[in-house]
Amino acid sequence: MEKTKTKFLRLSGLEPLVVTPESNFINVGERTNVAGSKRFLRLIKEEKFEEALDVARDQVENGAQIIDINMDDGLIDGKEAMVKFLNLVIAEPDIARVPIMIDSSKWDIIEAGLQVVQGKCVVNSISLKEGEEAFIHHAKLIKRYGAAVIVMAFDEVGQADNYERRVEISKRSYDILVDKVGFPAEDIIFDLNIFPVATGMEEHKLNALDFIRATKWVRENLPYASVSGGVSNVSFSFRGNNPVREAMHSVFLYHAIKAGMNMGIVNPSMLEVYDNIPKDLLEHVEDVILNRRDDATERLLDFAESVVGKAKESKVDLSWREEPLQDRITRALVKGIDQYIEEDVEEARQAADKPIEVIEGHLMIGMNVVGDLFGSGKMFLPQVVKSARVMKKAVAYLLPYIEEEKLLNPKEGDSEGAGKILMATVKGDVHDIGKNIVSVVLACNNYEIVDLGVMVPPEKIISEAIEHNVDIIGLSGLITPSLDEMVHLAKEMERKNFKIPLLIGGATTSKAHTAVKIDPQYSEAVVHVNDASRAVTVVGDLLQKETSDKYKKTIKEEYDSFREKFLKRSVKKEYKTLQQIRDNKFRIDWETSEIYKPNQLGLHLIEDEDLEKLVPFIDWTPFFRSWELHGKYPDILTDEVVGQQATELFADAQNMLQEILSKKLLKAKGIFGLFPANTINDDDIEVSVVAPNGDVSGTYIFRTLRQQLKRKEGVPDYALADFIAPKESGVQDYIGAFCVTTGFGAEELAAEYREKLDDYNSIMVKALADRLAEAFAEYLHKEVRTRYWGYASDEDLSNEDLIKESYKGIRPAPGYPACPDHLEKLTIWEMLQVEENIGVKLTDSLAMWPSAAVSGYYFANKEAKYFGLGKIKEDQVADYANRKGISLDEARKWLAPNIVED
Amino acid sequence: MKKIQDILKERILVLDGAMGTMLQRYKFTEEDFRGDRFKDWEYPLQGNNDLLSLTQPKAIADVHRKYFEAGADIVETNTFSGTTIAMADYHMEDLVYELNYESARIARMVADEFTQKEPNKPRFVAGSMGPTNKTASMSPDVNDPGFRAISFEELRVAYKQQAEALLDGGADLLLIETIFDTLNAKAALFAIEEVKEERNIEVPVMVSGTITDASGRTLSGQTAEAFLISISHIPILSVGFNCALGASQLVPHLEVLATKSEHAVSAHPNAGLPNAFGEYDETPEQMAAQIKEYVEKGLVNIVGGCCGTTPEHITAIANLVKDYSPRPILAEEL
Repeated sequence: MEKTKTKFLRLSGLEPLVVTPESNFINVGERTNVAGSKRFLRLIKEEKFEEALDVARDQVENGAQIIDINMDDGLIDGKEAMVKFLNLVIAEPDIARVPIMIDSSKWDIIEAGLQVVQGKCVVNSISLKEGEEAFIHHAKLIKRYGAAVIVMAFDEVGQADNYERRVEISKRSYDILVDKVGFPAEDIIFDLNIFPVATGMEEHKLNALDFIRATKWVRENLPYASVSGGVSNVSFSFRGNNPVREAMHSVFLYHAIKAGMNMGIVNPSMLEVYDNIPKDLLEHVEDVILNRRDDATERLLDFAESVVGKAKESKVDLSWREEPLQDRITRALVKGIDQYIEEDVEEARQAADKPIEVIEGHLMIGMNVVGDLFGSGKMFLPQVVKSARVMKKAVAYLLPYIEEEKLLNPKEGDSEGAGKILMATVKGDVHDIGKNIVSVVLACNNYEIVDLGVMVPPEKIISEAIEHNVDIIGLSGLITPSLDEMVHLAKEMERKNFKIPLLIGGATTSKAHTAVKIDPQYSEAVVHVNDASRAVTVVGDLLQKETSDKYKKTIKEEYDSFREKFLKRSVKKEYKTLQQIRDNKFRIDWETSEIYKPNQLGLHLIEDEDLEKLVPFIDWTPFFRSWELHGKYPDILTDEVVGQQATELFADAQNMLQEILSKKLLKAKGIFGLFPANTINDDDIEVSVVAPNGDVSGTYIFRTLRQQLKRKEGVPDYALADFIAPKESGVQDYIGAFCVTTGFGAEELAAEYREKLDDYNSIMVKALADRLAEAFAEYLHKEVRTRYWGYASDEDLSNEDLIKESYKGIRPAPGYPACPDHLEKLTIWEMLQVEENIGVKLTDSLAMWPSAAVSGYYFANKEAKYFGLGKIKEDQVADYANRKGISLDEARKWLAPNIVED
Repeated sequence: MKKIQDILKERILVLDGAMGTMLQRYKFTEEDFRGDRFKDWEYPLQGNNDLLSLTQPKAIADVHRKYFEAGADIVETNTFSGTTIAMADYHMEDLVYELNYESARIARMVADEFTQKEPNKPRFVAGSMGPTNKTASMSPDVNDPGFRAISFEELRVAYKQQAEALLDGGADLLLIETIFDTLNAKAALFAIEEVKEERNIEVPVMVSGTITDASGRTLSGQTAEAFLISISHIPILSVGFNCALGASQLVPHLEVLATKSEHAVSAHPNAGLPNAFGEYDETPEQMAAQIKEYVEKGLVNIVGGCCGTTPEHITAIANLVKDYSPRPILAEEL
């Protein structure tokens, strides 16, 4: 019998997969990835698991030898979706025969996945990004669960983007895994980061070659390890030119496989057989991949045009100006080029009978193309907003002619638009980025928008709707009390016998809330719309005479059945009593817990912080999200789908940020205090406001809420109060509170752009101000930890670590998961005299104004951590009302989203 | 005393035969199962064989003794159902630690008797860890394939308690056996790794799966090689198959393990397939004749019997294997 000791990567589903040196390249299927497949994301969101299984089955049938499953999306419960989908996959022998790659950036999702799969999986991925400790911990568990692992070439400093860094990080990762963890070397797979080439940027020239060289190095120097990667990234700059992309993939793979790459994600339909690539194309592509000539990129770009068969756009290429008028106008709109639009519109006006025809004809034809491209996912939001800018400029140019025409022919009357839509951010709420985006996109589609702005009282919404005779009302809100405002408005519309549809949107809204709380209040259609592209289709369906009635009826039925299902959900959660959870609080050993007395007790005012200092602290990921571009920064810049848009948007943002900084267009102000405090009566924190000399000028009490959902035995039920020493311990503890803003100036600046018909930059200003405010909070927290309080004076964290909150201590904010009660802001305001000191106000709904502001608490204990309160029961609500001295009804109103419904 | 790892390199070790088959011979009544201690237990207890370690310890010790006399090197503790999960049927979850501890203690005591008498042939106690009566990767409800009656976490906790009690009671090794769902076994392996780490000890672990029918797969659908790959992440002493099939039917699957595994290979098949009355009637000679194929082909390092086997079967097997050299083991460690 043949017997040799062999170390091969061995995986299993129901059947084995052994990767030997003789194995062909192992192809990983990636369609069951919510981040990579829109269809799969939709199926998971809509809980169409049967169809989602078909996606998995198709991949296996088409030759995927491993299937990658990823459920990382902000809008789904990733852990639940992962477990549910895997359980179903396991029950399908024709899918489960291949090994599974559990793909997530969140450890708890990975672990939940590992716990339901019997075969030997691959975990995708871990890295040294969060430091050695977490890396070792995760690797050890992965080994114990019996899985192989993909290690990203990423460390504390960042992602490896050249040969040396790839080698350095993979060597270090390998040594730790093999020597410290005892991880089987053959179960290590390196993802050495495939980045695009031929981007035009000097520093990207070596991207493919460095990957290939690093692959060779890994295979020669790190025994038994495998190398993997996502291949399509490499050709990213040739999106739209498939023949060139296919050739690039084949050439890249040809060389990478020769160097030792033995598995990866490749779309088989985007692959040309190496030998079938035409000689001239092959030469140009190889020049680029292997960086054989300085002008390789330019040559391939030129050559690519001949391959695709038509001229590609380039900045200096003005040949499109020779095209017919309509093509030029359409192109200007699609590409967002406003340089020639007046010229073109003038030409159109002269040729038309009436100026209005230019809008209804040329411009609408162009905007319809924009709408179609956007609707089919071929254009992205920032591009559409730029299109709108061109449209507005064109319309503004035509308006005087239209007025003139009206004077000449008064009988003709106004042209009938597609419909009139009222948009408002509800009373007490000040957030309007989303609302503005939806308004712009709808306006692009020829709807007339009546924008009432922010903090609009319900009476005004009702009266304006009647006065303007609008066809639809759209409401937006970001903070939780806005949900109640929306319910209230729906009731009002019912009472006033309105017959028009109501649209609901904004970060805090959801289909569930809309269906369960708002829809039953109003007999007409109520639709939850959370992104701009959907807004267009929904409004279209609601207002088009042919579809309107049917659509309204379907919507009403859909929400009825959704509500019914939602209320009957099988997941019945159990809760504990208030006494039980207090008995099971999180206990810190106060005798040994280290408590640091703040270096500078008392109140501190920052009247004008230098914005430049805040820039490195910006977390860009949410910025992209506000433009409906989803993905993590900086990966999003090279994302296959949205990368190009993200890069352009980011460049525009940088330009504006430079302008804001150089002209000091925004002002950063902050106030914070560090005070003695102790927990009293389990859940309250008593704070003594002191002057720097220690004189007490007042006592305030923060009321905290405690987790009440019945969870695993041995898991404590947290309240923020647990992180402060109780009075009876005899230990003097401390707490901090703060409010920062970068919003002064933002509103004015945004208005200025709006007047110039530039919604794109108007929205940009606000989005940037929001980011700066968050960055300010991050920066100030660091200052507090290292200087004012000083408990972490030796802290040395990168900005990335800060964004990931890997420091000691937390800064939860009222209105967010750990302490959802907005009322607590009032205590902070009084305690720090926030409005008097820095001018930030609270609205009726306790939103901060200006809206680019952040407030919260500081907890310094190293055991303090973020948690989500979850739902609470009536007994705690009553107790809370009692402690706060407010009526039960009022407590119910503010805590509504967190109260369990029986 | 010689380590089992070293002895395995020298000769084929013999595992014991069925405990249940032997206990049936005693024809214990409900009262016998209850003994004095559980005479007022609210639920019927007849059939709870693991409980006999507490109520009929002498019988258990005698069975172990008979197997050692027959030539077994290793006996399995009487703990096939000794988890909170399996004991829930009898509402005896709270007794699980004691059941395992006592069962291991009895087997230890008998093994030590024999080792003392015959120091050059040390006897070992394998703590038996059964599959429980629930599956972590299959749904018991055909209409709801995504449903699971038990979680990895619940299994891990239950197995951890069992492993701790078996080691406390004196087991030399742990035997995860009759695995029909690999995920259950992975939870057991996970638990054992935790115990090893917490106590800073090494424990030899035997892993034995069950191929349920002619399809050649486990109940949860894995082929022999996929099963092997799925449990090879933890250092193990041996991997093998037991139960469900007779000795001959196991050959092709043992061949897979013998070729692909670096560890020792074990087999403890049933005494043939059950007859029309559900009884196993393969004679010791018939069974030994089939096991001859294992040793002639060099497939195994440990061999014994499962359902229907008796000390007579073990004697026949022990007499057979002593003349054959064991299959070479490639694994460096454990």
